[in-house]
Amino acid sequence: MIKTVVRVGIADMKIVRAPGTIRTSGLGSCVGVILYDSKMKIAGLAHIMLPDSSLAREKKSINTAKFADTALIALQKEMAAMGAKSLKAKISGGAQMFQFTSQNDQMRIGPRNIDAVKRELQALGIQLVAEDTGGNSGRTIEFDPETCVLEIRTVYQDPIEI
Amino acid sequence: MGLEKQITPLHLDVLKEIGNIGAGNAATALSILVDKKIDMKVPTVRIITFDEMLDLTGGHDNIVTAVFLRVEGDVSGSIFFILPLDQATRYVQQLTGDLSFSFSEPPYSEFGLSAMQELGNILTGSYLTSLSDFTGLDLYPSVPSISVDMAGAIISFGLIELSHTEDFAIVIDTALDENGQKESETVKGHFFFLPDPDSFSVIFKTLGVGMND
Repeated sequence: MIKTVVRVGIADMKIVRAPGTIRTSGLGSCVGVILYDSKMKIAGLAHIMLPDSSLAREKKSINTAKFADTALIALQKEMAAMGAKSLKAKISGGAQMFQFTSQNDQMRIGPRNIDAVKRELQALGIQLVAEDTGGNSGRTIEFDPETCVLEIRTVYQDPIEI
Repeated sequence: MGLEKQITPLHLDVLKEIGNIGAGNAATALSILVDKKIDMKVPTVRIITFDEMLDLTGGHDNIVTAVFLRVEGDVSGSIFFILPLDQATRYVQQLTGDLSFSFSEPPYSEFGLSAMQELGNILTGSYLTSLSDFTGLDLYPSVPSISVDMAGAIISFGLIELSHTEDFAIVIDTALDENGQKESETVKGHFFFLPDPDSFSVIFKTLGVGMND
C-alpha cells in the first residue's frame, strides 16, 4: 500500500489520518507542532512562524496558522470536529540559524517561538510528550499517526525519533 | 490593505533597477575576486507567498550556503547571498588556496568559513554602497553571518520581520552565473533583498514614485 504524505508549508497547518503521514520541511526558527490522538490515529501539524498575532496590526483577516496563539487553538478545534478527543503534542524546531551579537529581539525568534508554543499548549490543557528544539540546525520532520513517532532529520546527521 | 496590492508596475521597475545597480556592482566585485567572468541575470522582482519564496532556492530542504545580514538606516531589510555548495566550495578554495576545503561535509575549517563570510561581506557591501550612492539613502549593514543548512530554514528567518504584517514577500532577486555554465547544470547563486514593509514607501518616495496612501 502506498502511504500518502501530507506536506505542510510555512505558516500552514493540515491534518492527516493513518495510514498517511504528515511532514514539513526546512524548519528553522519556526516551530513545528504536532497534535495527535493516538486512539483515533489522527494528527495535525502546524508550521508556526511567530509567537503572537498582536503585531498583525490593522489586519482584518489573519492567517491563523502563522502565530502560536492562533494556530494551536484553531488546530485543536479542527481536529475535535474530525473526531479527535484526547490530544497530546510533540514539538520541534525553534533553532537559531545565525549567530548574532545584536541585541535585537527579533534575532531570538526561535526561543521565543518555543516559549509561546509551550505556553499555548499549557493554556489549552494539551500535554507536551516530547520535544527536539533549539540548536542551530534546520529540521525536516515527519509524523506517523499510526506509531505516534516523530522523525526529525537535520543536515549531515542521522535522523532521530521522538 | 496589503502591501502587495499597492504596488504598481512602475514600482516594480524601480525595485528592479535597485537589483540591477546593487547586484551589478556586486557581480563585478565577485568577478575580480575569483578572477572569472560572472554573468548577472536581469533582476526579477517577485511578489510571492512564503512557500514560493523558499522554492526559489531549489526547495525547502535543499542545502545551500548563505550569508545573511540586516540593513538598518533610512531603509531596513534583510539581504541574503545564497550559493550552491559546489560553487561556494570552489570560491573558497580559490580565495584561500586550500584545495582540501569543501562545503559538502562538516566540520568546516574556521578559515574557510571566514573566507566565505568575507566574500559575502564584500559583495553585499558593494551592493549596498551602490544602492546608497544611487538613492542618497543612508544604509548600515550589520556584520554578516554565515550558515550552511536547508534553504527553507535559512530563508524563513529573513521573512520573520515582514511576516508580522504580511503574508507575501516582495523580493528583489538577482541570479548570478559563472560564464559558461549550462542553464540547467546548477542552482544559481542568488542575491535576495527583502526590504521591510515600512521601507517600500521610503524607497519609492526617494526615487520619485510615491505610493498613494
